Amino acid sequence: MANKKMTIIASKGSLDMAYPPLILATTAAAMDVDVTIFFTFFGLDIIKKGNADKLKISPIGNPAMPMPIPIPTLVGSLPGMEAMATAMMKSMFNKHGVATIGQLLQLAQESGVKMIACQMTMDVMGVKQSDMIDGVEFAGAAAWLDVAADAQINLFI
Amino acid sequence: MSADIKVDQVLDAKGMSCPLPILKTKKAVEALSRDQVLKVETTDPGSKNDMAAWAKRTGNEIVKVEEGSGTFTFFIKKTA
Repeated sequence: MANKKMTIIASKGSLDMAYPPLILATTAAAMDVDVTIFFTFFGLDIIKKGNADKLKISPIGNPAMPMPIPIPTLVGSLPGMEAMATAMMKSMFNKHGVATIGQLLQLAQESGVKMIACQMTMDVMGVKQSDMIDGVEFAGAAAWLDVAADAQINLFI
Repeated sequence: MSADIKVDQVLDAKGMSCPLPILKTKKAVEALSRDQVLKVETTDPGSKNDMAAWAKRTGNEIVKVEEGSGTFTFFIKKTA
């Protein structure tokens, strides 16, 4: 029986939004699903060399963001608040035995997850192919559609 | 109760959160021969449903599940 297929479009580059595509991709691969992730717009940040563990989370515009004390929006915009929120989330993930983005990215590559970087958004944002981690392919919308048309699961994150 | 199950390999996934117990289980089962049994210990409360879904999808068999105080022990036979 042929493996099921899944594609994910990863369009966000914040710490919290980098987790869902990588968790689903690694788990799907472990369940014998062939996975393709198409990284576009800010999602490109996940697969830039040495960048996976530098992604940040913003306390701004997220009322659900857990904070030690309630932080007014204006205070959240002060210098250092983003770093504080990021450090706090990372410490919470670590405490609960959650893999880092870098670890998940490596596990995804080891388990054969195919990664495509969107060439158009790379050009717009001045990202070079050599800026990306090894093993990434470069293509556009048609390449994703070709895989997605035969996939049972297609997600936009 | 599990004394009658012959365990070939043990995986300690205690303290790990989703999706690590599944990813480690997949790797460990791949290293086994057919009909060998992997014992996996987890503390992730979600792992009970996750492990069942993983086994169903990959065609492996969960022979037995034991629940202790905050821990889950799975006996997984490689049947795929």
